[in-house]
Amino acid sequence: MKLEMRDQPGQLVAALKPISAVGGNIIAVIHQREATTPAEALAVQIVLELPEGRLERLLELLREQGVNVVRIGEERLLYECTLIMIGHLMHTDLSDTVDQIDRTGSAEVTELSVVMPAIDSPSSARITIRSTNRAEMKRAMRILRAVADQKGLLIIEPLEDA
Amino acid sequence: MRIAILGFGSVGRGIARVILGKGLDITVTGLADSRSGLIDAGGIDLLAALSKKERGEPCGDPGISPMDVVERAEYDILVEVTPTDVETAEPALGHMRGALRRGRHVVTSNKGPIAIAYPGLRALAEANGVLLRYEATVCGAIPLIHAMQEGLAGNAITRICGVFNGTCNYILTRMAAEGLTYEQALAEARDLGYAEADPTYDVEGIDAAIKLVILANTILDMDTTLDDVERTGITLLSSEALQLAEDQDCTIRLIGEILPEAGVLRVSPRIVAKDHPLVVEGTLNAVTVETDLAGDLTFIGKGAGSTETASAVIGDILYIQSRHVQGY
Ligand SMILES: NC(=O)c1ccc[n+]([C@@H]2O[C@H](COP(=O)([O-])OP(=O)(O)OC[C@H]3O[C@@H](n4cnc5c(N)ncnc54)[C@H](OP(=O)(O)O)[C@@H]3O)[C@@H](O)[C@H]2O)c1
Repeated sequence: MKLEMRDQPGQLVAALKPISAVGGNIIAVIHQREATTPAEALAVQIVLELPEGRLERLLELLREQGVNVVRIGEERLLYECTLIMIGHLMHTDLSDTVDQIDRTGSAEVTELSVVMPAIDSPSSARITIRSTNRAEMKRAMRILRAVADQKGLLIIEPLEDA
Repeated sequence: MRIAILGFGSVGRGIARVILGKGLDITVTGLADSRSGLIDAGGIDLLAALSKKERGEPCGDPGISPMDVVERAEYDILVEVTPTDVETAEPALGHMRGALRRGRHVVTSNKGPIAIAYPGLRALAEANGVLLRYEATVCGAIPLIHAMQEGLAGNAITRICGVFNGTCNYILTRMAAEGLTYEQALAEARDLGYAEADPTYDVEGIDAAIKLVILANTILDMDTTLDDVERTGITLLSSEALQLAEDQDCTIRLIGEILPEAGVLRVSPRIVAKDHPLVVEGTLNAVTVETDLAGDLTFIGKGAGSTETASAVIGDILYIQSRHVQGY
C-alpha cells in the first residue's frame, strides 16, 4: 500500500506500529519523495503481509494516526514456487492442469516454460505458481500433486518452501 | 581386542587392509564369506586370506559356516558386513542375534537388520550388556550417527535432509553437466562401477529410503518401515528438466527428507539452488541436520567405497574398545 504522512520525526514509526498491532508482517518499506506529494508530506510505500480480514482494522488505526492511505496495491500474490513437471503434458491437457490451480482464485500459474523433445516422448515443463499466502500455496501444491498422480505426471518440487 | 568378520567383500577386505596397513591392535579370530569360514583364536593370517580372495578362492574352510564363526569363535566384537537384504534382513539378523546373545558387541555396515529390527536388537544388546553400532549403514564415511547421538545430544532435531545415494547423485551430476540422458548417465555409472547391473535399489530411491528409516527409528525415536517412505526415483528424469532447472541457476538432486514433527519421510527428486550446500558433485553424499540449539549443520563426504566404509566400521570398533572392552 502507498501511504502519505506528515514529514515530521516519528511519523513513519507511527505508521508502522499499527501493522504489527494487527498481526501484519512488514516485508519492505520504500521511501521516496515524489513531485505529486505536497512538500510537507512524506510518501511511503509499504509491502506487507496481513492475516485474512485485518485490513479494515489496519486502515482504521492508520487514520487515527493521521496517516492518509493513498492506494492499496493489487499485488497480493506474495508467495512464489517454481516446480518442474515431466510426462505427457499435452496429451493430458496441460491447460486443464493450469486451470485447476487458477480456479482456486488465491493461487495462479504466472509462468510456464515447456520443452517438447519429440512427439510421443515425455515433455518437461517449468511452472511458477504465485499465491496470496503460505496456506494457499500448500493448497495449490496439493491440487497439483493430485492432478499429477491422476495423470501420471512426475512433479519435482523445490527443496525449500517459497 | 578380538573381532570376527562376516562377509569378506569390498567392506570386509577394506577393514582387513586398514587393520594390516595401520598395524591396529586388533586380532581377527573369525572370518567368513559366502562359502567358507576360518576360526583361529591365535589370530587369522589376514594377508593370506586377502590373497586367496584375490585369486577368486573362498577365504577359508568350506566346512565352517558363518554361524559356526558366530557361535564358536572367541571375539569381543562381531563385525557383520554381509550383503543387505531389505525384506528379511537375513542372514545378518541371525548372525547379530547370535552374537548379542553370547554377550558380544556388534558393529555392522548392513542396513537390513538395523532398518527392520533395530528395537529388538537394541533390547537384546542392552539385556546382554553390550553395544550395537552401525555408523557405516548411513552415508559411508560420514560420521553422521555419531554426530547426532553424541555431538548433538541435547538438541531437538527438527529436520534431516540430504543426498543419501551416491549412484543417483553421480547420474544427476552427469545429466546436468553434459546434458546426458538418464540412460546415458546410467551406462556411464555402470562402466565406472558406481551402479550395479540391476540399479533398481539405487535409482528407485530404495537405498536412500532405507537410510531414512534407519535414522528415523534409531535417532529420532520414530517407528517406521520402508512402506512409510513416500518414494520417487530418478528414472523418469529428462535432460530437459535439468536444463529448465539450470536456466534458473538450480539443479535437480535426489533428496531424502525426514520431518519428525509431521511424521514425514520422503525420497524424491527436488529442485535445489546450485549454491545450496547439498548440491555436491559426483558420488558424494551430503546431509543437513536442522536442530534447535546448534542450528543447521551440513556434513559432506564419501558415502561408499571399500576404505571409506571401513573408516566408519573401524571408528565403531575403536569406540567400543575405548569404552567397553576389558583390559583397555
Ligand atoms: N560397499 C560399500 O561402499 C558399502 C557402503 C555402506 C554399506 N555397505 C554395506 O556393507 C555390506 C557389505 O557390502 P560389500 O560392498 O562389502 O558387499 P560385497 O562386496 O558384495 O561383499 C559381500 C561379502 O559377503 C559375503 N557373503 C554373501 N552372502 C553371505 C552369507 N550368507 N554369509 C556370509 N557371507 C556372505 C560374500 O561372500 P563371497 O566373497 O563368497 O561372495 C562377500 O564376501 C552390505 O550390507 C552393504 O549394503 C557397503
